[in-house]
Amino acid sequence: MPKNQIPLWEVFIRPRNGLAHKHCGSVHAADEVMALQAARDVYTRRGEGTSIWVVPSSAITASDPENKDENFEPALSKVYRHPTFYDIPDDVGHM
Amino acid sequence: MYSQGLIGAKTDTGEDEAFLAAFQARIDAEEKIEPNDPMPDGYRKTLVRQIGQHAHSEIVGMLPEGNWITRAPSLRRKAALLAKVQDEGGHGLYLYSAAETLGVSREQMTEELLSGKAKYSSIFNYPTPTWADIGAIGWLVDGAAIMNQIPLCRCSYGPYARAMIRVCKEESFHQRQGYEIMMTLARGSDDQKEMAQDALDRWWWPSLMMFGPHDSESQHGDQSMKWKIKRFTNDELRQKFVDATVPQAEFIGLKIPDPELKWNEEKGGYDFGAIDWDEFWRVVKGGGPMNRQRIEARRKAWEEGAWVREAALAHAEKRKARRAAAKMAAE
Ligand SMILES: [Fe+2]
Ligand SMILES: [Fe+2]
Repeated sequence: MPKNQIPLWEVFIRPRNGLAHKHCGSVHAADEVMALQAARDVYTRRGEGTSIWVVPSSAITASDPENKDENFEPALSKVYRHPTFYDIPDDVGHM
Repeated sequence: MYSQGLIGAKTDTGEDEAFLAAFQARIDAEEKIEPNDPMPDGYRKTLVRQIGQHAHSEIVGMLPEGNWITRAPSLRRKAALLAKVQDEGGHGLYLYSAAETLGVSREQMTEELLSGKAKYSSIFNYPTPTWADIGAIGWLVDGAAIMNQIPLCRCSYGPYARAMIRVCKEESFHQRQGYEIMMTLARGSDDQKEMAQDALDRWWWPSLMMFGPHDSESQHGDQSMKWKIKRFTNDELRQKFVDATVPQAEFIGLKIPDPELKWNEEKGGYDFGAIDWDEFWRVVKGGGPMNRQRIEARRKAWEEGAWVREAALAHAEKRKARRAAAKMAAE
């Protein structure tokens, strides 16, 4: 990152207790205190959340979309991982 | 608020046919494109330009309304206007973030705005001399922006579409508070009604220009439609806006300043008079009544905020160094 550029933070918000934090966007801020304040002002003006995480964007490692097929294709062919793969007579009742 | 038909984008792109066809197939299948996905250079450039213009419009758009915050006629109006202007600042930030996912920096975008290289919606180069202008902006300018932005929620580029969904949720309040101001004035004293009509007279045509040049004149519309960056043409959106707005003006007893405006039963919409495109291009290119002041205000904010940005970074560095020293001492 060039000098004097304000770091980027990814913002995650928990809409309410019981739900997971979800990515909602990003903010620029010099440090984590200001990042939290900016995230509150930018992303929670209408009760969108009860908790905020900010994470330096540079700390995130992402999978490469180029490898999408080798990463995720194998899951598609494994139908036996799903309950509907197995034939159980209706007489058995709900299972 | 405020996207405008894209001004002067280049959509030419240098990839081979197979790459472009594969990309188009993803678009045709309504797949969203995400930041690190392969994409044609023209697609990236068009989006950087469009999202950048849109973000700048939100930010510059705070100025004409900010002009009235301290003079709003009641506490209720003042609180609403403050909240609206703050929303517009937020919209600018969502959009800058979306543009940054395409590899352009915030600093670069700011510099392009200040140098005049990047454009913003022509509508903000008109002045707001009366309180009724605040009503007219909310009603017409936010109203036009909503027409533009709702289809952008389905834009093929994921981060832009997501930002638009947030923006659209917030716009409806903007338009309603503006219409309420106009309605109150239109039902007030003769002077107040006249003030409302005067504001409508001044904002009507610039609002229609917000949708950008006619389809026959806009060179890059087709490619943007094919890539599903846009879902409707400029003229389609403009027609929707006119059809929605005319009855709203009638309801509060104001007159649209267009002698040629007439319901067309056959097309199920209004016919309306010719737009002064010379004025549009003059204003886009810097010749509007307020262009100089708008950019001057942004430059002042940027330059006078420089020491704050520097101090915040220096403070963050100092704290980081202190933490590192404390950790060393503990080891
Ligand atoms: Fe906005
Ligand atoms: Fe708005």
